[in-house]
Amino acid sequence: MDKPVNQRAWILVLPVVILVAFSSVIPMMTVVNYSFQDTFGGNEFFWVGLEWYRELLRSERLWDALGRQLLFSAIILAIEIPLGILVALCMPKKGWIASLCLVLMALPLLIPYNVVGTIWQIFGRSDIGLLGRIVSDMGISYNYAQNAFDAWVTVIAMDVWHWTSLVALLSYAGLRSIPNAYYQAAQIDQASRWSVFRYIELPKMRGVLIIAVLLRFMDSFMIYTEPFVLTGGGPGNATTFLSIDLVKMALGQFDLGPAAAFSLMYFLVILLISYVFYTVMITTDKDGATQ
Amino acid sequence: MSGKPSLAKRIPKIRLSAVIMTAYLLFLLIPIYWLVSMSFKSNSEILNSFTLFPADFTLKNYETILTDPSWYMGYVNSFIYVSLNTLIALLVALPAAYAFSRYRFYGDNHLFFWLLTNRMAPPAVFALPFFQLYSSVSLFDTHIAVALAHCLFNVPLAVWILEGFMRGVPREIDETAFIDGYGFTRFFTQIFIPMIKPGIGVTAFFCFMFSWVELLLSRTLTSVDAKPITATMTRTVSASGLDWGVLAAAGVLTIIPGAIVIYFVRSYIAKGFAMGRV
Amino acid sequence: MEWMAWTWPTALFFAGLAAVLAVMAALHIKYPSTPKTGVLGIETMRGDRLFISLLGSAFINLAWIGLVDAPQYGALIVCGLFALCVFRWV
Repeated sequence: MDKPVNQRAWILVLPVVILVAFSSVIPMMTVVNYSFQDTFGGNEFFWVGLEWYRELLRSERLWDALGRQLLFSAIILAIEIPLGILVALCMPKKGWIASLCLVLMALPLLIPYNVVGTIWQIFGRSDIGLLGRIVSDMGISYNYAQNAFDAWVTVIAMDVWHWTSLVALLSYAGLRSIPNAYYQAAQIDQASRWSVFRYIELPKMRGVLIIAVLLRFMDSFMIYTEPFVLTGGGPGNATTFLSIDLVKMALGQFDLGPAAAFSLMYFLVILLISYVFYTVMITTDKDGATQ
Repeated sequence: MSGKPSLAKRIPKIRLSAVIMTAYLLFLLIPIYWLVSMSFKSNSEILNSFTLFPADFTLKNYETILTDPSWYMGYVNSFIYVSLNTLIALLVALPAAYAFSRYRFYGDNHLFFWLLTNRMAPPAVFALPFFQLYSSVSLFDTHIAVALAHCLFNVPLAVWILEGFMRGVPREIDETAFIDGYGFTRFFTQIFIPMIKPGIGVTAFFCFMFSWVELLLSRTLTSVDAKPITATMTRTVSASGLDWGVLAAAGVLTIIPGAIVIYFVRSYIAKGFAMGRV
Repeated sequence: MEWMAWTWPTALFFAGLAAVLAVMAALHIKYPSTPKTGVLGIETMRGDRLFISLLGSAFINLAWIGLVDAPQYGALIVCGLFALCVFRWV
């Protein structure tokens, strides 16, 4: 399907370009400018060269936050992707039950991020929360505000609760696109459930699964609101992920220079990941088209 | 795992999947239920006795929110900037998505990628420069500032989703219309837009949702006059003397718009997610 | 404009970036580039190779700041070599 070349299409794209340039290019330029300067009172600036970068790259703070961030994203992917596929496989195929399941599953996706934090903040408290109460009654000491391990468990449970449905819905859509003939053929061949999954369903879900992995990776990589509401990045710095650390630096301490340098490095990492994402997506699109 | 899918083996399999599904749905719904039930409890019941159902059913928490302007204005503010944002995003994204879906032009792929990077950029990176930018053009603490700021991720998203829907419309329709003497504007508004109404609905839904759930930018760019409900809630959390019942009620009220909208677009939800463009 | 805190070096950097983009656009109109598949196994145009070079250079510079105590010119030389390699083999 070759689209005709038409340079006048630029006119149609122009409003978007102007709007996004206003809200993305100008701020990014500002970040670059700030990152090379020091400031007093936010209106007098002094050139400091690469000082902030050197300081940040050689400090524990950035690397610790990055380490926590990567660990968090890895755990999230390891739980949500298999669980999402499992749920998608278990979903009813048709009827009102199917649409009921769809609506119920989509519900957590549409709750404001901070309310997700609030829900789990309440749910996990041992004095007023159901989860916290049950766990405490079982004789396990559990307090996400005091104990770093508990905080991690809660943040991860919260994210699984919030986003697994996205993976499940994506996989479900992938499953629905498999023609019935495939299953009939497998039945004739007396294929086991496992081999149906391994040789029919999984290859057909490949495209959506790649998208699911990348989306979940990107979004968990910039998670801010939910852990911020739940733990505020604590106890100590245990759940201070990159975004939380950055906001602390930028708006909490108003350290324009270091925060800008931090932002820029963070953005470069994201840019790299998005490029990989985009390339993979384009390639999958092409593979899908040729199939 | 074994060879023959006999009837006897199938029945337990169906049951297993139903069990997993039920367990998953319970896992999703119990925390929400807890929030809802708490919103109907009085504060003393929440703190002093542990009850699964509200023993002393009260609407007092909702009454507090609906009568106190510092609470309900939060919802009004959120609605204003979310609607503004959805409107702006759709208006600029519709022609752009058409261009991407129909034509090749210089730098189209790079432009599309550049748009997408904005969807994927962490809002935390933009919080500080946005604060400076909107303060300098004296738009700080206005609805339009938040609406414009949310365009950062909603416009690329809208272009992306709409492009997917428009690609599904055969190009012959455009060509026939142009041969019939329709100008571009008339064709676009009278023929093309009605044809992709579901797409526009889904796009509006996602723009609405992502603007509605966002906290960081909206909180950074507002202080009093345009303070959104989400920011009002976090302030209450940090203030002394937590009123859990009111907080829970406020949370429930923020879920309702999403629940209503999702009911209307339920048949498109799977398709919207299926394109992986969220 | 004051709040953006412009400085000469950063202004020159962005001007240079804009100039490179303009040159690439002009080149593309004059001599359209054809996609080729390199060592990464993906199809790249001239613009993609430029993007990979620039992004890679940013990371090389950061690594240089973080790991090496030598002046930053060294990093720029490495970047130049990297860009050459990208244009040749990617």
